[in-house]
Amino acid sequence: MTFVRTYVEGIGASILGLLAGLGRFSQFMGTVFFWGAHPPMRIKLLMDQMYFIGNKSLFIVGLTSLFSGAVFALQMYLGIKAINMDSIVGPVVAISLAKELAPVFAGLVVAGRCGSAMAAQIGSMKVTEQLDALEVMGINPHQYLAVPRVIGATLSMPLLCGIFMLVGNFGSWLVGVHVLGIDEVMYFQKLSDFMRLGHVAEGLIKAGAFGFLIGMIGTYHGFEVRGGAEGVGKGTNLAVVWGMVTVLVSDYFISSFLAKIL
Amino acid sequence: MADAITFTNVSKIYGDATVLNNLTFGIPEGQITTILGFSGAGKSTLMKHILGLTHPTSGKITSLGTDMETLDELGLREFRRNFGMVFQYAALFDFLTAFENVAFPLREFTKLKESEIKAKVSELMQAVELVPESWQRLPSELSGGMRKRVGLARALALEPRIMLYDEPTSGLDPISTQVVSDLIVDTAKQNAQRKLTSLVISHDVRASLRISDNIMFLEKGKIVEYSTVQGFKNSNNPVIRRFLEL
Repeated sequence: MTFVRTYVEGIGASILGLLAGLGRFSQFMGTVFFWGAHPPMRIKLLMDQMYFIGNKSLFIVGLTSLFSGAVFALQMYLGIKAINMDSIVGPVVAISLAKELAPVFAGLVVAGRCGSAMAAQIGSMKVTEQLDALEVMGINPHQYLAVPRVIGATLSMPLLCGIFMLVGNFGSWLVGVHVLGIDEVMYFQKLSDFMRLGHVAEGLIKAGAFGFLIGMIGTYHGFEVRGGAEGVGKGTNLAVVWGMVTVLVSDYFISSFLAKIL
Repeated sequence: MADAITFTNVSKIYGDATVLNNLTFGIPEGQITTILGFSGAGKSTLMKHILGLTHPTSGKITSLGTDMETLDELGLREFRRNFGMVFQYAALFDFLTAFENVAFPLREFTKLKESEIKAKVSELMQAVELVPESWQRLPSELSGGMRKRVGLARALALEPRIMLYDEPTSGLDPISTQVVSDLIVDTAKQNAQRKLTSLVISHDVRASLRISDNIMFLEKGKIVEYSTVQGFKNSNNPVIRRFLEL
């Protein structure tokens, strides 16, 4: 009986902890919105963040997308070759990239690379009193640190997603046409028959939403850091884990929503 | 002499713990006042109240004649520009060089031209005796004493009316301690005309006796002694005597 009670209490405590965390996160988002709406808008900080999140992620996004497109084309070809439909490899890969693979994979890359960096930078500033120094100067740390990162991630993610789509399709074309021997004219003909602008728009909108969530989660875990170096490590870890989980979970809900309006 | 900061019946209670217990005092304008006390005496909490970073459970705090409770969030941020603070470990922005750390408040809050910012920062760096070779170094490349000096220059950049020093000599060797202590006194003297008020929070009784005009001793959120340095030295309070003998 005691065992059952302890077990139930444990579940209850976990649920309460999760709800409390969600409450704090909502409060944090409210604070970021509030300070984001107040001047000054620090354009240089925003540009710095877009450079870090966007430009500095280009290589890893490019590499990931090239091979994602290539392997997806290969698998698709192997699967449908038997029914003589290999000419639709192009549009299938392109639509998959546009609607799902590009925003999700780019989101996972940015969550791992930039979400962790956001949490680590802000967390280490917190434990070394740099956030207090901003406060004392009359600068709100949320406005100075979180707002440019969240906006930077929200704006950079669609750009990265667009690059992912382009390079991924290049990888698919390279493997499909030049390695597997699909007819190039048919490849592009089918691509133009099936591909719609709405597919690309869906991916870009999703990418923006993922960027917003990754920025919020990364900065939130930085501001939540407690203690010293160990706290910074824990915050960084949480930022990566929750960033990736949120990209995958929110993908379903955003896709369902966009399916109704696009 | 008028008081720059006044506390009237200020208490701060966290749960069951009374951190500040019905404090009433004034910090005289244009003087150096040190708050001494053991760890957990409430010194840092008191400083946070002065800056409006936390609010009292009861009582009233005025700084430079302004009741802190009447200010909203944006007003409070504006008001904090009257303060300069030197942190225990300097709290320099680790992504900026020493020069850029000092230029930071000037870039944020003034419309000075780049040439004027350079001139002002150079003047501040020289005032805190930092050699030009160290100006372009990152905080991680500076010694503890140099970091404190950069922190002091940064705090002085906007010509605050009240300077707060949080454990300014903690973690420094005896020579750096003396240099930083002298800088606190020199800063007060150089800004005597505009009546710069200095408030130091410290454990270091020797340095405090050397630099202060007044000393307050806090224990468990209560004022045990608040007097001039001479009065503090002559105190018969057993807690003060024990602290002086450390």
